[in-house]
Amino acid sequence: MSKVVVVTSGKGGVGKTTTTANIAAGIAQRGHKTVAIDFDVGLRNLDLVLGCERRVVYDFVNVLRGEAKLNVALVRDKRIESLYVLPASQTRDKDALEPEGVGRTIEELKSMGFEYIICDSPAGIEKGAQMAMYFADEAIVVANPEVSSVRDSDRVLGLLAAKTSRAEVAGPPVKSQLLLTRYSPALVKKGEMLSVTDVLDLLGIPLLGVIPESKAVLQSSNKGTPAILDEETDVAQAYLDVVHRFLGEEREHRFIEETKRGIFRRLFG
Amino acid sequence: MAFFDYFRRQPKSASLAKDRLSVIVARERVGTRIGPDYLSLLQQDLLAVLAKYERIDLQQVSVNLDRTGDCDVLELNVFLPNAPVTDAKPAAKSLRA
Repeated sequence: MSKVVVVTSGKGGVGKTTTTANIAAGIAQRGHKTVAIDFDVGLRNLDLVLGCERRVVYDFVNVLRGEAKLNVALVRDKRIESLYVLPASQTRDKDALEPEGVGRTIEELKSMGFEYIICDSPAGIEKGAQMAMYFADEAIVVANPEVSSVRDSDRVLGLLAAKTSRAEVAGPPVKSQLLLTRYSPALVKKGEMLSVTDVLDLLGIPLLGVIPESKAVLQSSNKGTPAILDEETDVAQAYLDVVHRFLGEEREHRFIEETKRGIFRRLFG
Repeated sequence: MAFFDYFRRQPKSASLAKDRLSVIVARERVGTRIGPDYLSLLQQDLLAVLAKYERIDLQQVSVNLDRTGDCDVLELNVFLPNAPVTDAKPAAKSLRA
């Protein structure tokens, strides 16, 4: 059974591509054949975050136009055997995406034995974002604990309920879960940042996980290595938890409370 | 004075954010999540009924759906002018009660 997952948010810069890279890497690392598709036509970045930008020859739009075979356009990750990337085109625009072609590509990926097809949505709620979510079975809605991001996430939840293939055939709804990123428990404690509970109350969807604000995210994108592969950091731990939960295992939520730093770590940490 | 401001309790910005969001999110959901234009259709129907009895100003009618916890409140505000329509049926009286 294959699962199509969209990583979406409405607002830009909240961590969709970072999340796609980490979750795809985490799932693939556990042995599932996984492909991450970049739907951000014109502004491709997933290849860069995953560190395979120099090996991109063909892209998603070439496949849709029949200019390249799908198995030729797929870029295989050098570190994780079962991880593949289908990069977006850097030169075309979002009108290159049409439901027929996208649907055909997703079906072909399923027949190639991909268990998880992870669609990295562009920001906004226009065609690119709607194409990324159209064939989804599940959605990971990425939000920051901040007013504009939460509002946009709610809009996206409205679209997931109305403008997807599942909605059009009145099938089971797209299973949507919240991933709250750039979370700072210290600010929440001071009452200066929306808490997990606040955001859950507002959006009314289950929590997939909380990713703490951390410089490890910047460092990993600098290197082109998903943070999840550097298991030392709290971001890696948080994304590992998310991957386990996503695959149906129970994991207690972490990084919601401020961790007490002992005097020793304060002085030498 | 900054010294006294320190003691004056100010609402925390996170709770302000939550209050503002709960209003805007509820308002925007009305259009997208509850059927296609449900409220504007209801508004038109209600107007048609009211117009039979009262001279009403289209700009003075508002229909809102507010969500407080598990409870949805449908709020209808109609401003009724003082002079009733001359050929109004008797039912118009009870409407204003």
